[in-house]
Amino acid sequence: MSLTVLNVIVAVVIAIGFAALNAAYLVWAERRGAARIQRRPGPNINGPFGLLQPPLDGIKLMTKQIMIPGGADKILFMVAPVLAMAPAIMSFVTIPFSENIVAHNMDIGVLMIFAFASMGALAVLFAGWGSRNKYAVMASVRAVSQNISYEIPMLITAITVVMITGSMDLKTITSAQAGGFWHWNIFPSLHSPLMPLSFILFFICSLAETNRAPFDLGEAESELVAGFHTEYGSMGFGLFFMGEYANIVIGASLTTILFLGGWDCPFGLFPGVWWFLLKIYLLIATFIWIRWTFPRTTIYGLLNLSWKILIPLSLFNLLLTAGLLKVF
Amino acid sequence: MSAPIQLQPGETFILNVGPQHPATHGVLRVKMEMDGEYIVKAETVLGYVHRMHEKMGENRTYAQYLPNLSRLDYLGALGYTHGHVLVIERAAGIEVPERAEYIRAITVELNRLASHLFWFGCYVMDLGGFSPLMYALEDREYILDMLEAVTGARLTYCYYRFGGLYNDVDDDFIEAAKRFIPRMRKSLKKYAALVTGNIIFQKRLEGIGPISAEMCRKYGATGAVARGSGINFDVRKNEPYSVYPEFDFDIPVYHECDSMARFKVRMDEMEQSLRIIEQGLAKLPGGPIMAEKKPKNIKLPVGDFYQAVETARGSFGIRIVSDGDKNAYRLKLRSPTYSNMHLFDEACEGMMIMDALAFMGSLDLVIPEIDR
Amino acid sequence: MGGYFSDIFNGSKSLLIGMGITFREFFKPVVTVQYPYQTIKMSDRFRGHIELIADEEGKPKCVACGMCERACPSGCISLNSISVETEVDGKVKKKKVLSKYDLDFTKCSLCGQCVENCNFGAIEFSKEYNLASSNKEDFHFNLLKRLEERNV
Repeated sequence: MSLTVLNVIVAVVIAIGFAALNAAYLVWAERRGAARIQRRPGPNINGPFGLLQPPLDGIKLMTKQIMIPGGADKILFMVAPVLAMAPAIMSFVTIPFSENIVAHNMDIGVLMIFAFASMGALAVLFAGWGSRNKYAVMASVRAVSQNISYEIPMLITAITVVMITGSMDLKTITSAQAGGFWHWNIFPSLHSPLMPLSFILFFICSLAETNRAPFDLGEAESELVAGFHTEYGSMGFGLFFMGEYANIVIGASLTTILFLGGWDCPFGLFPGVWWFLLKIYLLIATFIWIRWTFPRTTIYGLLNLSWKILIPLSLFNLLLTAGLLKVF
Repeated sequence: MSAPIQLQPGETFILNVGPQHPATHGVLRVKMEMDGEYIVKAETVLGYVHRMHEKMGENRTYAQYLPNLSRLDYLGALGYTHGHVLVIERAAGIEVPERAEYIRAITVELNRLASHLFWFGCYVMDLGGFSPLMYALEDREYILDMLEAVTGARLTYCYYRFGGLYNDVDDDFIEAAKRFIPRMRKSLKKYAALVTGNIIFQKRLEGIGPISAEMCRKYGATGAVARGSGINFDVRKNEPYSVYPEFDFDIPVYHECDSMARFKVRMDEMEQSLRIIEQGLAKLPGGPIMAEKKPKNIKLPVGDFYQAVETARGSFGIRIVSDGDKNAYRLKLRSPTYSNMHLFDEACEGMMIMDALAFMGSLDLVIPEIDR
Repeated sequence: MGGYFSDIFNGSKSLLIGMGITFREFFKPVVTVQYPYQTIKMSDRFRGHIELIADEEGKPKCVACGMCERACPSGCISLNSISVETEVDGKVKKKKVLSKYDLDFTKCSLCGQCVENCNFGAIEFSKEYNLASSNKEDFHFNLLKRLEERNV
């Protein structure tokens, strides 16, 4: 029993470390990547290639005073950033990085990640309501309606994969795709010829779930100042920021596991954690690339996309897969 | 999107957009009465950067007033100084050498391009796309470098003088401008593919902020706002001044009346400006750049003088009432964005806030020019 | 229904075109100048604040006529002169000598009217642009003193 508790603690600490490191250096990567797209060098003063920028930013954020606006709901205001970060870290616990590197494998890993992901909306709502700012309230309402409507197609697509594999265990899902890229779920199989489409749907949904551009309506910095974290400074803002990037890593990991074969090598050689990391960072690079290319959608455009395009298509895919599974 | 507004008393709230807000680009304040995300009523509040430019014009000599004009609209400053020198020259009867007028037209069009480029970048940034701003700024930088080499300033030019120019353009400038034109044409193609063709961008602008031609006339809107509503009015064509009659260029007019139409008008205007610059460089005559007969201290005859010019934002008018002294008795500036902005109050009723701000960007507001 | 799918197709195509453009831009070289480490040469006509020009003896060329003071729209130039008696060829001559030339750069709008109105070519634009300070007094330039410092 005590060993299990210790195991969990170690796992959580490693998860926090991994999430924090990723969040910090993804900010760096994003700034460098955005800069290169815009023909500028990006952060390059602190350390080689500006690699010391994230820790210095962290120090700056941590040494700043925590300001709570007058009349704000103090409890919600303080809880929200923690709530933004904690579920993201908890989700790391069940993600299998390779056959052996997984903090705690669960039979219902997919379900657990989705359960934690939906808590992100709560953090946004708390932050918006708690900070007693009109912009923040509007942004949080937007973000919540966005999160809810994108969870539906995301789950439906995930269920398609679960149906094919017959398991909600992330490890089993990955193992089922082992042995070369032609076994991956992204490629059309006998059971579902529409798998590439559902990969794209899932990818779009994970963009929207993590509030990334072009779906960054919760932030909408040119309309709603800074959206739900308008009133946050210091590490409160830092936690939101880290939570956002941790969520991106989760989204990319889940996409990799469900569609790209997890730790599996495309050619069936040397499977391992490196392949997994390579795949998620390629996906994250695409996230960054998309963010710095497109303008923001409108809230109704976003909801239209979800309800009129993504949900019908994913439902159709689900029905088709179910039918084909029955036939073959 | 039309808003289903059925309000109960006390269900709205007031949202102050500005004076410091990222979308207002300056210190414009918009008091919005909101029903959730929908605007019930909006009221623009001005005066945060009022600097009494008109009163200053009455206390300074005409020559001393020159630097003021470039501080109205700091993005397209040359157009405004052009208006000022034109009205004084006409009133005082100063003959301007042809070369000077050609250089004026070329530099004004370059400045218009710079202004439109900056607007384009900022507008796309308002809509959440950041990279086009950087591409636009890169192109704009070439223009500013060229203008700096000629005028000595990058933004607040004081280049035109009564009767001519401060100094002549050199071969470097002409070479740089000739190199710039094909580069800019290539960039415009890139913008068309990256931004104008983008589905998200189109969905955000099409049908947003409809302004009828009727409304434009009511509020006195000019420039791209009027041309996007199907009014074919451009001072350069309708009341030709300077050497514009000698250039072959078109006035882009769109009839959709929405933000996309205004966007397209400006994008097309950039191409037309390039055409004017191209022709100007080809036709550029030699000769002096300063009038030979020019009084040292300019005193206008008693009278009332008005000159309109087409600036990057619309029709700018300067009216001088002179009592024969060395400064004006009354000086009135008709700034285009002042009229254009007042459309906002009426047009944005019932819009969602994100559409309203997309609409506001399409009006191309420069607040210091509104407040003067 | 056909419109529905063609909308999705055309929309996705336009998005891919946009991504292609940013992808190409990613590999193009950086165009910015790393300002404090790199600087660019100011153009010859760059209008900075004004400086006095010295004659061969190192004295200011300025004859203290006050044209610049009058031409200045913002009233940022103030100058004074004293008359000095000098003996030239045995005759006592009174000569105006510049004793004070102050530029209040906080008010200056860099229009260049002063240089243009100077009939003696006694003032020029400096090429200085790195002007920043938290103290207002740093921008009240004593141009005579600056001229002396430059001569040394």
